[in-house]
Amino acid sequence: MKILVPIKRVIDYNVKVRVQADQSNVDLNNVKMAINPFCEIAVEEAIRLKEAGTATEVIAVSIGTKACQEQLRTALALGADRAIQIETDESLDALNIAKLLQKVVEEEQPQLVILGKQSIDSDNNQTGQMLGALTGMPQGTFASEVKVEGDKVNVTREVDGGLQTIALNLPAIITTDLRLNEPRYASLPNIMKAKRKPLAVKPASEFGIDLSPRTTLLKVTPPAERQAGIMVKSIDELVEKLKNEAKVIS
Amino acid sequence: MSILVFAEHDNRSLKTETLKTVAAAQAIGGDITLLVAGRNCQDVAEQAAKTNGISKVLVADNPIYEHQLAENISLLVAELASDYEHILATALSTGKNFMPRVAALLDVTQISDIIAVETSDTFIRPIYAGNAIATVKSLDNKKVITVRTTGFDAVATDGNAEVVAIDTVADAGTSSHVSDELTVSERPDLGAASVIISGGRGMQNGDNFKLLDGIADKLGAAIGASRAAVDAGFVPNDMQVGQTGKIVAPDLYIAVGISGAIQHLAGMKDSKIIVAINKDPEAPIFQVADYGLEADLFDALPELESKL
Repeated sequence: MKILVPIKRVIDYNVKVRVQADQSNVDLNNVKMAINPFCEIAVEEAIRLKEAGTATEVIAVSIGTKACQEQLRTALALGADRAIQIETDESLDALNIAKLLQKVVEEEQPQLVILGKQSIDSDNNQTGQMLGALTGMPQGTFASEVKVEGDKVNVTREVDGGLQTIALNLPAIITTDLRLNEPRYASLPNIMKAKRKPLAVKPASEFGIDLSPRTTLLKVTPPAERQAGIMVKSIDELVEKLKNEAKVIS
Repeated sequence: MSILVFAEHDNRSLKTETLKTVAAAQAIGGDITLLVAGRNCQDVAEQAAKTNGISKVLVADNPIYEHQLAENISLLVAELASDYEHILATALSTGKNFMPRVAALLDVTQISDIIAVETSDTFIRPIYAGNAIATVKSLDNKKVITVRTTGFDAVATDGNAEVVAIDTVADAGTSSHVSDELTVSERPDLGAASVIISGGRGMQNGDNFKLLDGIADKLGAAIGASRAAVDAGFVPNDMQVGQTGKIVAPDLYIAVGISGAIQHLAGMKDSKIIVAINKDPEAPIFQVADYGLEADLFDALPELESKL
């Protein structure tokens, strides 16, 4: 079985985000970029399925400028077999991303598409589900366990009250939650080997999709700062303040 | 304008977060309809009918909607969508799961996790784990929106809306429910609690979370955890408060042994009063806390329990 893993290049999760002075967006100049953490978990899950003999080929795909080849090479170093970059300078809405991925799915015919549940920049949590609707595939979102059995995949999902397990007909979409696995580090030999693995580049404009924007970003501002309060000396003082000053307990 | 709001429920009771999503719908302005989709969910429909500010409750009661599988619910909502300009769901696990499918079926993008309404097409939402706040205008003819409940106050429940059964059957036939493993607790849900006490890596192990029980009992609080405590295996993931866990805004949030990583702050910094108990005076959590106590939690927690 083929597995397709769409990945996104985002700001490194350790970097403190700053808003640009003109409020047009956050400032991404000269900040460290990385593969989105949830996408990394998706790559890891696909590789594990290949190591277990369930999958035969893992294809990583990313949409963006030439810079995202860096993250595709990371995926190749982790164990993906080949990569596809869909080249565009535009920042695309999730729906347009899903439409481009739909074309890749039609061409590659994967049995599983594994994506991160959300990217840590736009925090949208949409692309996997949208791809599911466009391709007619069922979805197992927020996955903490994935088991392929015959022509079905059982997915255990992180839901509000605990866990839910569902069975999906293949082909299917999986989106990853944090506890699905712990991604490996790429070894130096594998990083060297990844440089020789195939990476195809296709301009987004060649897919014949109307990619006009669906939203306009009017402004981006820093969040309201929360003022630090006071330090109390004892539990007695804390309880007194909560009762009489904050009035949140009685 | 007409607005469809998807009701979150478990076939027995309406989740109170739905009342906050209705408040978001009121901020947009228009004729509001609630949709209750489930199995044997008449009780939910009756509760939903009491929601103030709505004109109608649609009830789709059918075995195929029992577990609110995304494939089926999205087909149902997309089919109903022709009558509405705005379609809203709460940003909880059900809404987050099926709504982007609705958006794609309608060929529109989704505006996720709004915390405020500017106009009927412009919304405010956090990005980068709440480290930036974006104002976004939707250019689509229909708006598909999920609502973060911390931004809105629940509407009252002394209304009496009309309940209308609908017999739309939308079965994609591609997925099925296998089992649920739900945490059984006498305590309130994290999303609905007015007091939350959370433990972090400083709790050292899962057993020590019992130290929070007595305090939670006295305060009627829910118990949460930081991602560090979940990653360390102390407690299950459904207790996680943070960017990738639950986003909460109770009246009182007590953080115990939590250093205050950005990911955690993103999930709780809209709480009205924050208390931090930590033995490290440099812990970043103190920078957002209204009341900080530098203390060893193993001394502080038993004392706090005895003095409440």
